[in-house]
Parts: sequence; structure tokens; C-alpha cells
Amino acid sequence: MRILGYYNYWVVIFLMMVGFYTLISRGNLVKKLVGLTVFQTSVFILYISMGKIEGGTAPIIMQGQHVVYSNPIPHVLILTGIVVGIATTAVGLSLVVRIKEAYGTIEEDEIHVQDDVL
Amino acid sequence: MSANLPVLLVVVPLLCAPLAALTRRPRPAWGVAMLAAGWAFVVSILLLSRVLAQGTISYHIGDWAPPWGIEYRIDEVNAFVVLIVSGIAAVVTPYARRSVEREIDATRIPLFYTAYVLCMAGLLGISVTGDVFNVFVFLEISSLSAYALIAQGPDRRALTASYQYLIMGSIGATFIVIGIGLMYVMTGTLNMADLAQRLPMVDANRTIPVAFAFLAVGISLKLALFPLHLWLPNAYTYAPSAVTAFIASTATKVAVYMLLRFFFTIFGAAFAFDVMHLDRVLMPLAIIAIVTMSLSAIYQVNVKRLLAYSSIAQIGYMILGISLASVTGLTAGILHLFNHALMKGGLFLAVGAVMYRTGSVRLRAMEGLGREMPWTMAAFVLAGLSLIGVPLTVGFVSKWYLVLAGLEKGWWPVAAVVLVGSLLAAIYIWKVVEVAYFRERSREEPVREAPLALLLPMWILVLANYYFGMHADLTVGVAHRAAQVLMGVAQ
Repeated sequence: MRILGYYNYWVVIFLMMVGFYTLISRGNLVKKLVGLTVFQTSVFILYISMGKIEGGTAPIIMQGQHVVYSNPIPHVLILTGIVVGIATTAVGLSLVVRIKEAYGTIEEDEIHVQDDVL
Repeated sequence: MSANLPVLLVVVPLLCAPLAALTRRPRPAWGVAMLAAGWAFVVSILLLSRVLAQGTISYHIGDWAPPWGIEYRIDEVNAFVVLIVSGIAAVVTPYARRSVEREIDATRIPLFYTAYVLCMAGLLGISVTGDVFNVFVFLEISSLSAYALIAQGPDRRALTASYQYLIMGSIGATFIVIGIGLMYVMTGTLNMADLAQRLPMVDANRTIPVAFAFLAVGISLKLALFPLHLWLPNAYTYAPSAVTAFIASTATKVAVYMLLRFFFTIFGAAFAFDVMHLDRVLMPLAIIAIVTMSLSAIYQVNVKRLLAYSSIAQIGYMILGISLASVTGLTAGILHLFNHALMKGGLFLAVGAVMYRTGSVRLRAMEGLGREMPWTMAAFVLAGLSLIGVPLTVGFVSKWYLVLAGLEKGWWPVAAVVLVGSLLAAIYIWKVVEVAYFRERSREEPVREAPLALLLPMWILVLANYYFGMHADLTVGVAHRAAQVLMGVAQ
């Protein structure tokens, strides 16, 4: 039960490893970025999980009512994190576009071959 | 106004960035960048003198009291780092005008300066903030703009270098966020001073050591500690000359500052070194970095890449000083932050001037340049002497303190490593000197000396190497106080 109770953290670890492995093992520059995005997203879920409590709702305190609410700070932090993630992906993809224009390929090994000839 | 200086230090450059993009013409965009750099430099001098006179400055953004609001906290350590970043920016930006006009397409220059100013604002932000999540945000601002800047290099390999840096830099930043998140989950705070108080009260469990490990790896990636340095040589080699000079003298320095801040202020030297034994990891890696990277530098045929490998070795000196975990060791490390910025800045600016005139930075292109570009090559030699650590230069001062710190602990091999590193540095600097002064030119056309707009900033940095080498008490005094603050020793 304890192990299952942490299932969102298991999801985090699974996604983190999938993303990281993709990032390391793939030679295709776009696939690497996909791996990076999955890796970063797993961290978002880590933050969101730690703010959430069972039965918690939005942090709006109403008069005469006892409100159980989730900690909003990790959620707000991750809003920033998502923006950063999007910016990283955008810069990365635009680099891939320029690499494709310059080399005619987005496969890492083919790029290395072309540069070694120089 | 003067009470708001800590935040204006970051906000003014941040506002200058879109302004540079809006000008749409190269010269005005450069003017805006110059304004931002000059502003940051003046403010950083004011802040440092205020910190030295009155002690730590705590600024509450929007008047929200910490630990709830974001605090900017400036003590001797980051006032010094801010001065390094803004000082280098104030010297490199005037240089950038001519150099960038030559290397980058005119239509892209305004956007280039936008990214440049953003990078500077991010680095300043990391240095002044007292909030760990804020550190991450500024880190990404500076890193993303650095990727864009590096990709502007004239060679197409700049693109792959930038991509590689983006991948490794993002892994590093994500590791740092994981570390910050794990600290938050145990303490419920993001304020550095508050974290420092609450972390020791957390019951012994695995979360804090894991956070520590994630932060150590993430920050080491950012500061290019051996063996996590793989992104650095290509990024420095293929970036535009002005960008290489700026990033080489500031970005890794700010990452070293992050290391100091997280492990000394937040976790505390006692936890980092007595419980986690960080020194057992850092010291061997620093020594390997000094020896192997200096050796690699000797075999390079591209002078920018040679200096890039030398940078990784020099980062090794800083980490070696820090890993000694004593006041003298830290003084040496912090001192070398400043000194290395001066020497590498001067060297990269000299190489940039060679690029400006010959269009190449390979060793072959430098044949006979000692006669054709006497001022540029003289600057290279003088800054090179400082890199080697000849007396009267800043390089000597930092190595002196490093050796002292090693002997203080009775570890003479540390002194030996510093000596070996200096000898290797002499070899790779000599390689360039030999080609420039003792070989005949194989190029067709003779080249002229670099324009004054490039020579002046270069010589300011070179002369600073000697000024601060002879008046070492200025920088040593600040570095020593910063080291005392970090070690928590009463003054």
C-alpha cells in the first residue's frame, strides 16, 4: 500500500528515466529534444505532487468555512518552469532548423562525418 | 533611488534588452547595450563599497518581507561577483561594436545585443538574488540567451556547439531544479537565509543528501568541472569573438559562485564537507582537470580552443581552492574568479582582434603576427604571462594563495599540482608566442594592426592584470572577507 500510495512519484521517476535515456541514446536531434522535454516535464509533476494534499482545493479562504487547500507555491513555481521549458524547446528546435539548413541532416553521426572532412 | 539599487541593477538591463531589439539598427542597439553595461558597472561599484562599509544589504522586492517575498541579499561574496560580471561587460561591450559588425550580419545585430544584454541581466540576477528558485529562473535567462549568442558564430559548427551546450546546460539546470524542489519539500522555504536555518533542523533522512547530490552535479555541469566540461571547448571555439570573451570571463564564474552559495551558505561548510565529504569528490576532479586539460591545450591548433581547454584547467584551480574548505583556500578560489576573468578576458580579446584582421584563429594564421600586429600580440603575451602565473601579475597572486592554502593543511602535493599546471601553461602559451614571433608569414597578404576600438578594451584588461597584481591587497582584502563570510568565521 505504501508503495502504491506514492504512485505519482513512481510516474515521475519513470518519466525522468525515459526522458533521460532518450536524450542520451538517440542520435536524432529532434528526438533528443523530445527526451529533454519529457525529462523536464517529470520534474514539473514532482513539484505539483508535493504541493497536493488529499481533498485539497484552491487556496481561497471563505468566511466561516474551514478550507483544506493545496500548497499553491509549487504550482506557481512550475508555471514559471513550464515557460522556461517552452523557451528551451523553442531555442533548441530553432537551432535544429538552422543545423538542417547548414548540414542537410539532423542525425548526429552524419553531422560528425561532415565536420571531420573539413 | 539609492535604496532600490539592488533591484535596479537587474531591472535596467532587463528593460534594455527589448529596447535593443526595437532599435532595429546596429549602432543604436549597441548604444543600448553599452548603457546597460555601464549602468551595471557603476551600480556594482556603489553596492560593493556600501557592503564593505555597512555590511550585508537585504532588499525586499515589492516590500514583501522574506521568507515569503523574494529577497535580494548582497554580501561581500556576491558584491564581488557582480563587480566581475559588470566590469567585464563594461570592457567587452565597447570592443563588441567593431568585432560584431565584422562577424555578424547587420540585420541580426540588434537581436544579438538583445540576447547579450539578457545574458548579462541573467548573470547579474543569479548573483544578487537570495531566493533559490529565482536563481534557477535567472540561470535559464542567462543560459538561453548564451545558446542564442553562441549560435551566431560565423562557422556552422557554432550551431552544433550551441545545441550541445543547450542539451547539457538544460540537464544541469533541471538537476538544479530537482535539488531545489527536494529542499523545498523538506523545509517549505525557498529563501536562502531561511533554508540555511531550517536545513539543520530536518531529521536525518535521505532527501537532503539527494538534493545535495543533484545540486552538486547540476552546478558542476554549469561550471564545466571535469568530466562535465564537454560542452565548453566547442562553445568557446565557435562563438563570436566578443561572446567568447564575455562568456568565458563571466558565465562559469557565476556558476562557481552558485556552488559557493549553495554549499557554504545554504548547506553550510560543516554539512558539505564533514558529512557529505564534498572535498573528496571535488579535489581529485580539480587536480585531474588542471593536469589533463592543460595537456590537451598543448595539442590544439586552434588558439580559441587552446584557451578553452586552458579555461577548464583554470576552473580546476578555483575548485581546488574551494575544496580545501579553509579560509585561505576559499580566498584563493574567490580571488581566482576575479583574476581569471581578467586574464582570459584579455587573451580572448586579443584572439578576437586576430580574427578581426585575419579571419582565422588557427595557429597557422598567426605566423609572423608579432611584427604585423605588435600591440595585439604584446597584449596576448602579457596576459599569457599572467595566465602562467609570473610574479607581478594577478595569476601569481591567486596561485600564491592556493599554494599557501595547500601548505597550511600540510598537503604539499597541492603545491606541486599548481606548479605543474603553471609549467604546462607556459608550454601552450609559448606555442602561440613561437608561431607569432619566430616564424615567417605564410599568408599572401600582410595585415594591419587592429583598430583602436579593439586595442583599447584589450589593453585595459591586460594592464588590470598587472595593476591588481602589484596592488593585490585590494582584491585579496575583499576575497578574504568574502571567504570569512562563507566559512561563517567572525570578523
